Amino acid sequence: MIGLTAFFTVFALIPLVWIILYVTKQGLAGLNVSFFTRLPAALGQLNGGVLNAIEGTILVTLVAILISVPVGMLAAFYAARSPNTPLGIAVRFGTDVLSGVPSIVIGLFGYALIVKPQGHYSALAGGVAISIIMVPTIIRTSEEMLKLVPGTLREASLGLGAPEWKTALQIMLPAAISGVITGIILAIARGVGETAPLLFTVLGNDRFEIGQIVRSGVQGRQSVGQIGSGVLSQPTDTLTLLMYRYSQQPYPERVQQAWTMAFVVMLFVLLANVTARLVVYWQQRRMGKL
Amino acid sequence: MELAPTSRESQPQVPAGGLGGGSGLPRPGRLGPGQRLRKTLRHGDLIWTLVIMAMAVLILATMAGIGWSMWQGSAASRMKFGLSFIAPVTEAFWDPVNDRFTAWPLITGTLTTALVAIVLATPVSVFIAIFLAELCPNRLRAPLGFTVEMLAAVPSVVFGLWGIFVFLPTVVVPVGRLLGSTLGQFIPLFQGPIPASGMSRLGAGLILTIMIIPTVSAVSRDVFTAIPRTQREAALALGATRWETISQILLPYGLSGILGAVILGLGRALGETMAVTMVIGNNPVESSGSLLKPGATMASAIANEFAEAVSQQHTSALIELGLVLFGMTLLLNIAARFLVWRVSRRFATGAQS
Repeated sequence: MIGLTAFFTVFALIPLVWIILYVTKQGLAGLNVSFFTRLPAALGQLNGGVLNAIEGTILVTLVAILISVPVGMLAAFYAARSPNTPLGIAVRFGTDVLSGVPSIVIGLFGYALIVKPQGHYSALAGGVAISIIMVPTIIRTSEEMLKLVPGTLREASLGLGAPEWKTALQIMLPAAISGVITGIILAIARGVGETAPLLFTVLGNDRFEIGQIVRSGVQGRQSVGQIGSGVLSQPTDTLTLLMYRYSQQPYPERVQQAWTMAFVVMLFVLLANVTARLVVYWQQRRMGKL
Repeated sequence: MELAPTSRESQPQVPAGGLGGGSGLPRPGRLGPGQRLRKTLRHGDLIWTLVIMAMAVLILATMAGIGWSMWQGSAASRMKFGLSFIAPVTEAFWDPVNDRFTAWPLITGTLTTALVAIVLATPVSVFIAIFLAELCPNRLRAPLGFTVEMLAAVPSVVFGLWGIFVFLPTVVVPVGRLLGSTLGQFIPLFQGPIPASGMSRLGAGLILTIMIIPTVSAVSRDVFTAIPRTQREAALALGATRWETISQILLPYGLSGILGAVILGLGRALGETMAVTMVIGNNPVESSGSLLKPGATMASAIANEFAEAVSQQHTSALIELGLVLFGMTLLLNIAARFLVWRVSRRFATGAQS
């Protein structure tokens, strides 16, 4: 019996190894400096890059982090503190539901919420959609980590007269911080790998380049706020989105760039996951040794 | 009771009506819900409590907002087609030019690919869960379990890319040709030559299988780990072999938990978009139902068409697809959580031995 079940386990791992090896082999071929530093070139021209997608991914992910981390952690504080109130139970239920909603439906919601009223596609809409995807992971891990903090620590702090918010932010959060950061890293890894919510929130943009927007804004004497909103209110591109678009095209150089983008994204996601779990492992080993 | 004031700042606030909120009889010990809230707020944590409550409400509002905006956006399509949108039809339309839509082939496409994935992934995942929870040497457990979970971390679009260029030609086309030439002669489900590219519901189903194995096996593994040790020990003490313990004691005991895991995997398979869109071939009116033909799922139709949908009816029809998807996965998630909860309660109360 061991043999049969062990066989199935190894069998399930074959696709993983296959994907990693194949993507690495194909992707490395297209890895060069201009890949990271140039905008897409016209077909037939060499030395194009995917700078628009790289900058777009960073921008959209940053917006998503700025929205989802505060919201998620504060909601987790509430759920950890009042788990049996109606609102606490409802929050946990809502988190489960949100984590199960198909990502394309979240994209439709982002479209209805931001793109349609604003009248244009934007990195902001994409960031909001990705933040909805990231929030359940952050709430779940933060809540688990906060529950692991010994109750005596919280009671000691409150007993010394510290207000609730100080107890939460300066006592409990630092005690749970490594787990919370792990959760955030895992959520970021998931957010970076998403494509469907971005299809009709950021749309795609071959000429997106933040430096250029900032430069023309400075030349036109725009304020920081105007430049900022200019950056956030254009259609953008991300690595996953561009990878999808290029994979549908019949041009070998585009497909090659798709493989290289796949390599970069997969490398990032796998490294983030490995890092997060290593942190947990080391933490547990330290705890075990106490 | 009077307190001698030591200094102005440090004078503690003793409520006039005594501790316990001041409304109603002061009861030592337990506080009522309204009194607890008032006690919290009195200590100056008003802003903090309101903020974290507001964030909690925001989560709920987002969930409700998604459902509501799907409902609103699909109004035009719901009014025009009513229930016939999702009803079974023999003659399917997906006609943006004339604004005629029937979602039935998309619904069957979604269900078929998901079902293929569940049928293939469940045994594999349960075996993996048994191996990792029971039979695996201790030193290999963490690395192997971790590697299976890494499969879940690979982005969907990377799966799709590998699917188009590697998996379809190498695996799906030969399997499809084999199925078509043998079973396809008399079973309509396997009928018809598979396209040379391999783009078919079978391809989508197989890739979905790979993608949901980590989910189903992780939850099943948790179920097996949660079964009380006393059950195993009792079986072994009565002379059962290891396999008899697993198949006759543990599997039946954890069956509803495994069912919950399968439902969770089904929910993931229904909502999976990118990998499916890239390998299913996008034919929203293919009505033969054969696995070897290209088809479409609700998610792939939305992904392919929404950005270019011009007419109000087309957009509304696509949003109605989103509404159906949202409803389906909502119900599935509730069912799965309920099952897992019931299992955990049973283990908690049934562990008295």
